[in-house]
Amino acid sequence: MKVEEIIQRFGLVPVAGKGGLDREVQGGYCGDLLSDVMANAGDGALWLTIQSHKNIVGVSVLREVAAVVLVNGREPDEDTKAKADEEGIPILTTGMSAFETAGLLYKAGVGRTQE
Amino acid sequence: MPLLERRFTIKANDFVKAGEVSIEVQGILKKIGFDPTLVRRVSICAYEAEMNVVMHGGDGEMMLHVEPEEIDLVCSDQGGGIEDIELALLPGYSTARPEHQEMGFGAGMGLPNIKKNASSLDVYSRKGEGTRLIMKFEVGDEH
Ligand SMILES: Nc1ncnc2c1ncn2[C@@H]1O[C@H](COP(=O)(O)OP(=O)(O)O)[C@@H](O)[C@H]1O
Ligand SMILES: [Mg+2]
Repeated sequence: MKVEEIIQRFGLVPVAGKGGLDREVQGGYCGDLLSDVMANAGDGALWLTIQSHKNIVGVSVLREVAAVVLVNGREPDEDTKAKADEEGIPILTTGMSAFETAGLLYKAGVGRTQE
Repeated sequence: MPLLERRFTIKANDFVKAGEVSIEVQGILKKIGFDPTLVRRVSICAYEAEMNVVMHGGDGEMMLHVEPEEIDLVCSDQGGGIEDIELALLPGYSTARPEHQEMGFGAGMGLPNIKKNASSLDVYSRKGEGTRLIMKFEVGDEH
């Protein structure tokens, strides 16, 4: 499923990095510790986090995550948005918690092997 | 003979530029056409080493040395050094300050992540004398 489709199905709000909306989502990962995400997020993961500073874009580029979802109504800093636009890493926001967001995505089959 | 050799400077406490060196390294290796899994391993190590210089070290540099069969990263800084290297290598050990922890740094997983992803890691450091990490990646090794 592409990032674009995830946005539509789950009402997430794209706020930056729109050049990357056709990236393919292959799974998901929840984490606010950057080294943990570096070590454990899979390629093409949708990364759910409360971290909104610029370094999340670097981690996303290096770890090749598909898009970042800022949960709990967090908004990215301005320089985060600029960097996300430059790198084409979509940043999506939601008022839901990481738990709720992950639950919805998981229930819908995101990141689970096709049956 | 090396395919390529590059030197990048890293500035202490510069969280705005932090990560740029690793992204450049990743770009170079991708362009050469190395296996994506290998590029990912090098990228993870580059990032952890770069962030350690920014956060714990002093001004420093990253050297990238590429040969057909091996990629080397040497990351060194002129910061305060590491008092107990064995302790620093333990998962979960961190001296990161609260403001860095709030940003999601300081999980104490950086050096363990490097150890896991590099073919070999050597850490040279002395209290007050800076730190040097030598990370080697053999092309084609199972990891
Ligand atoms: N370049 C460095 N200069 C000084 N100390 C360092 C350096 N790199 C690592 N350290 C020390 O080793 C500890 C563990 O590093 P690491 O595993 O990357 O965890 P973290 O960066 O999350 O603290 C750091 O908290 C710090 O005390
Ligand atoms: Mg670290």
